[in-house]
Amino acid sequence: MQPFTTLTGVAAPLDIMNVDTDMIIPKQYLKTIKRTGLGTGLFAEMRFNEDGTENPDFVLNKPAYRKAEILVAGDNFGCGSSREHAPWALLDFGIRCVISTSFADIFYNNCFKNGILPIKVSQEDLDKLMEDARRGANATMTVDLQSQEIHGPDGGVVKFDMDEFRKHLLLNGLDDIGLTMEKAPAIDSYESKAAKSRPWL
Amino acid sequence: MANPSAPRTLYDKIWDDHVVDTQPDGTCLLYIDRHLVHEVTSPQAFEGLRLTDRKVRAPEKTLAVVDHNVPTSDRSHGISDPEAATQVAALAENAREFGIEYFNELDKRQGVVHIIGPEQGFTLPGTTIVCGDSHTSTHGAFGALAHGIGTSEVEHVLATQTLIQSKAKNMRITVDGKLPAGVTAKDIILAIIGEIGTAGGTGHVMEYTGEAIRALSMEGRMTICNMSIEGGARAGLVAPDEKTYAYLMGRPKAPKGMAWDMAKAYWETLVTDEGAHFDREIRLDAANLPPIVTWGTSPEDVVSVAGTVPHAADGHTEQKKAAIARALDYMGLKGGEKMTDIKLDRVFIGSCTNGRIEDLRAVAKAVEGKKVASTVSAMIVPGSGLVKLQAEEEGLDKIFKAAGFDWREPGCSMCLAMNADKLAPGERCASTSNRNFEGRQGFKGRTHLVSPVMAAAAAIEGHFVDVRNWG
Repeated sequence: MQPFTTLTGVAAPLDIMNVDTDMIIPKQYLKTIKRTGLGTGLFAEMRFNEDGTENPDFVLNKPAYRKAEILVAGDNFGCGSSREHAPWALLDFGIRCVISTSFADIFYNNCFKNGILPIKVSQEDLDKLMEDARRGANATMTVDLQSQEIHGPDGGVVKFDMDEFRKHLLLNGLDDIGLTMEKAPAIDSYESKAAKSRPWL
Repeated sequence: MANPSAPRTLYDKIWDDHVVDTQPDGTCLLYIDRHLVHEVTSPQAFEGLRLTDRKVRAPEKTLAVVDHNVPTSDRSHGISDPEAATQVAALAENAREFGIEYFNELDKRQGVVHIIGPEQGFTLPGTTIVCGDSHTSTHGAFGALAHGIGTSEVEHVLATQTLIQSKAKNMRITVDGKLPAGVTAKDIILAIIGEIGTAGGTGHVMEYTGEAIRALSMEGRMTICNMSIEGGARAGLVAPDEKTYAYLMGRPKAPKGMAWDMAKAYWETLVTDEGAHFDREIRLDAANLPPIVTWGTSPEDVVSVAGTVPHAADGHTEQKKAAIARALDYMGLKGGEKMTDIKLDRVFIGSCTNGRIEDLRAVAKAVEGKKVASTVSAMIVPGSGLVKLQAEEEGLDKIFKAAGFDWREPGCSMCLAMNADKLAPGERCASTSNRNFEGRQGFKGRTHLVSPVMAAAAAIEGHFVDVRNWG
């Protein structure tokens, strides 16, 4: 996994509440057996018309945001399905950071497994960042995970909270399966205890 | 655990019994007793194992089934969609290579993953259960801590039989009173989601309790726990009781003999202690609930069948006003329409929410001797091959066919429309499934979530009807 340290890029405003994972990546893209190439399906039903042409009104089709790397979105982002295709699609498109007032639990978890940083901010900070994002390609933001700060285009700084362990994994791009496998003795010992206390399992 | 004698919730107890390791920051390694695997969210996980030369740690605790993209037409001649066929073949091959038990598309035990787990007795009280599917919360009806995970976590569980977790908060939802006739478990859960919103349970595990929950069958409890995720909670729980044990006894993978007695003694300890702490409490009176229909594109967009579609101006915030306006536009509604005036093109009965035998019996009772409206195309998709067989033994299929319903093979079908079962743009559907998101049942398709009996009545009349005074 690619480490996440700092990111400077264009932020796209997606001012919609409850953006669900069906919206992020519609089901017709879930038939792949790969993790890559899903960027073409990102927000497909909003990005494309029925005939496959681009919908010029959708934010990521506007010239200023075609190379956006940060998404500023409404409350409860990523609700619904557990499909990890949602972060895979964001990543494949080039988005490595999503900022919202809240995230659905499973999506939030899935982001960290893919080097994407989901940032929770207050409604007041979100309104400000949304306003910044609306200014387009000239207004870039810098996200610094180490210092847990978002630097807006006018030098304004928004601090954010982050779980220490998740931050550590993300900063270093660590594979958590490898880390867990180092705990094999603890898993072995749990299994032998459980085999005695709950032998029917 | 800080104080071992402090009163604990059911969630606390299951959690405590599964902690393998705790880091200084509180992050835990949680042991997973049961892992369900399906074709859509697992191929990349198995590929990850192959690339790193890792094995499945506990294949005997893993069960694989195809459900999401199998066709619900006759499958004996193969699957014609090449992408779906590739995913199905990949699961078969992965199950073989890694030594996992697998129900293929022709196996009578095949079905929606959350229907077959309980049906086989793979789902047991007090266990931790995961699956790469958000509706894994269904299994919480048995007092199991069950939730959906992403594909990276599927790989993590396959490789280590554990999951890295931070403990969630406790939320209790008490549903008092008795449900009126025609009002069901589906209406309870839709009412709860309407009350708390789709982010209301985020970061929490919900325990459902109270007279109305106790009175529900296991099927009804599964319907409730299934949609916990629509209220933002990854997991829902109902404490096990005699109904749970009666449901599980004799199931193929349930313990037997001495093991059953030992298990049951443990299961009986799985109740929230008097005085245990809940971070949030919600109370609802079942006696006041009407049949509920969703009008919009989020499961929180609920209204009584006797009510009307809201207007954008009804939103309490600017964001909510915008969300209502967007949903009305998508749904082809103006606001103010009576729900019973809304006409349907399609009816879908099935899914992990409402594809069990009790649901089909309720539908059969409602439609016996009647005919599906000429303007409606209605399909019934049993949740599993065993549900289908049982329905046919009881003659329910004859009632459905005589009424003009299409009786299909088991699978997820039009709940998420990954196979050929989908809405055409603009089509309006009464659906017993769990999500009314934009495009969920097909590009530009319009979904209204309802209970099975409400869907059945809507199929007959061609529009929503209040089942409390119908039939």
